[in-house]
Amino acid sequence: MLIDTLQEILQSLRTHKTRTVLAVVTVAWGVFMLVVLLGAGRGLQNGVELQFKDDAVNSISVYRGRTTIAYHGNPRGRSIQFDNTDFDQVRDNVDAVEYITARYYPDSELTVSAGSISASFDIRAVHPEHLYLEKTQITDGRFINDRDLADKRKVSVIGKRVMQVMFPGGDALGNYLHINDIAYRVVGVFTDAGRRGEEETIYLPISTAQLVYGAAEEIHQMRFTVGEASYAESQQAEQQTRQLLSDRYHFSPDDQRAVRIYNNLDSYKKITDLFFWVRVFVALVGAGTVLTGILAVSNIMVISVAERRREIGIRKALGATSGSITRLVVVESLIITGVAGYLGLIASLGLLEILKSTIAENEYMYQPDVNTAVVISVTLLVVVAGALSGYLPARRAALIKPVEALQPR
Amino acid sequence: MIKLSNICKTYLMGDNPVRALDAISLTVDKGEFVAVQGSSGSGKSTLLNIMGILDSFDSGSYTLDDTPMDNLTQRQAAQYRNRFIGFVFQSFNLIHHKSAVENVALPLYYQGIKRRKRNAIAMEYLERVGLAARADHKPSELSGGQSQRVAIARALITQPSLLLADEPTGALDTQTSEQILDLFKGVNADGMTVVVVTHETEVAEQTRRVINLRDGQLLSDQRL
Repeated sequence: MLIDTLQEILQSLRTHKTRTVLAVVTVAWGVFMLVVLLGAGRGLQNGVELQFKDDAVNSISVYRGRTTIAYHGNPRGRSIQFDNTDFDQVRDNVDAVEYITARYYPDSELTVSAGSISASFDIRAVHPEHLYLEKTQITDGRFINDRDLADKRKVSVIGKRVMQVMFPGGDALGNYLHINDIAYRVVGVFTDAGRRGEEETIYLPISTAQLVYGAAEEIHQMRFTVGEASYAESQQAEQQTRQLLSDRYHFSPDDQRAVRIYNNLDSYKKITDLFFWVRVFVALVGAGTVLTGILAVSNIMVISVAERRREIGIRKALGATSGSITRLVVVESLIITGVAGYLGLIASLGLLEILKSTIAENEYMYQPDVNTAVVISVTLLVVVAGALSGYLPARRAALIKPVEALQPR
Repeated sequence: MIKLSNICKTYLMGDNPVRALDAISLTVDKGEFVAVQGSSGSGKSTLLNIMGILDSFDSGSYTLDDTPMDNLTQRQAAQYRNRFIGFVFQSFNLIHHKSAVENVALPLYYQGIKRRKRNAIAMEYLERVGLAARADHKPSELSGGQSQRVAIARALITQPSLLLADEPTGALDTQTSEQILDLFKGVNADGMTVVVVTHETEVAEQTRRVINLRDGQLLSDQRL
């Protein structure tokens, strides 16, 4: 009986090819657009999040600057320098500090060599906790530690690219890297999930670098994370830092340029806020698309039922019950929406797969993807709504007296 | 077989009520061959539609084969139409996307008979009306007379006790009309009750009882 019903329906679908194809295309397009939109939205978000992946999201960076406001007899235009005491004070007095490091950049003209190979890389002198500031993954050996700092050891931790260039044999650990004739033993190799350039960096203990490159106590910048602190707490940490430095160097606490403080959470929050609205937008457009699909199917079913009014009358005169008429139309719209939903789903997921494999790491779009549960439930919604939209006109037509349905109009 | 008493039916034509049937009382016995005659608007088609449970009536009572027809559920009405009554219409009312044999088999679909079996039965009935060779043709490929014969095969396939025909020859030429009437005479001879609505006296003359309607009322009822 079920197969018989299906055969009846397939015959009717074949008879009304144009209408069937149009209905299928409309619904399939709706589902396709929705899934692609959701996927693109996700990809956009992944792309931006990838950028943040480089650094700890909750970090605050403190850079040297130049005063722009005259303060307590000091003229404007004075440049502010940091030293080790600033580092200690921020570490000890700013409440929210979780991990903290200073950075000192030795002269950029340094040549790095090992055996016969020479090259030039970024060199950063840091504290051990720097490990947590960048998303640095040690793959071999270890990072700079407290003993290195205390003993001013000549050791280095190198990025994967540095290792590939300087030690093509791969055995970097324990070997020596010469930076302008001073030999540093390699104690660790790292990769970085963020920007590629990170892996072309060499880390040195900050105390060693200060001694070797004649910087005495000088540091160039400070970075710290604020742990699980809220956005408000991180802003407070920013404020405390500025106040502390303002007291030490006598510049106005309102002078934003004397010391530049960059709170990563600021932009992270901006981006998350933006993505909230992107999601709202995608949801609205998606809902609109799905609604259009549903309306299209109901429209088509209303027309289909109206066109078949006479056929319904004939069937009833021959002994069809209202229920069997309704069932015929509902199953027909179920088949249309089901097939269409399936096609739309396959096509859109296929497109996303292609995009996923062809789009390289890119800050605008990365790994476009969709939540399977969302997609399936939306498709089911379209199918069920399609069936319902078939049900209402079918029910109405099925309840018309046969004699009225049979009348030519 | 059919017992109508005081059947009244009023239509609304726009805002004006039109009395289609005005207290019709009528009995048709099993095996009769009846013609219902009358001019256009006399109520003859309405009467036939009420007999066939295709239409409702306002008052009076209708008993078909000793069963009152006034309080049937949708499902019961469908069953009666399917198993008890065969319909033949002036405009054939074939389903255009189905072939002749599928059209004939359709009533059996509603009895839950499997496709292969009902198509085999339908072929027998097509044979009976002389159209076995046209079984796979769509209605648009059939002439008027052929279409009506297909429709008759469809009406007969459930072996109904009552055959109702509304102007069955209205759209056909004289010669074809003869063939159709011969078919009716044949099934009537086999014991089937046949009621034919017609405005053609030549058709009415070939039946055995002629009922005349005018303005929804019984004008005459004569056995030939």
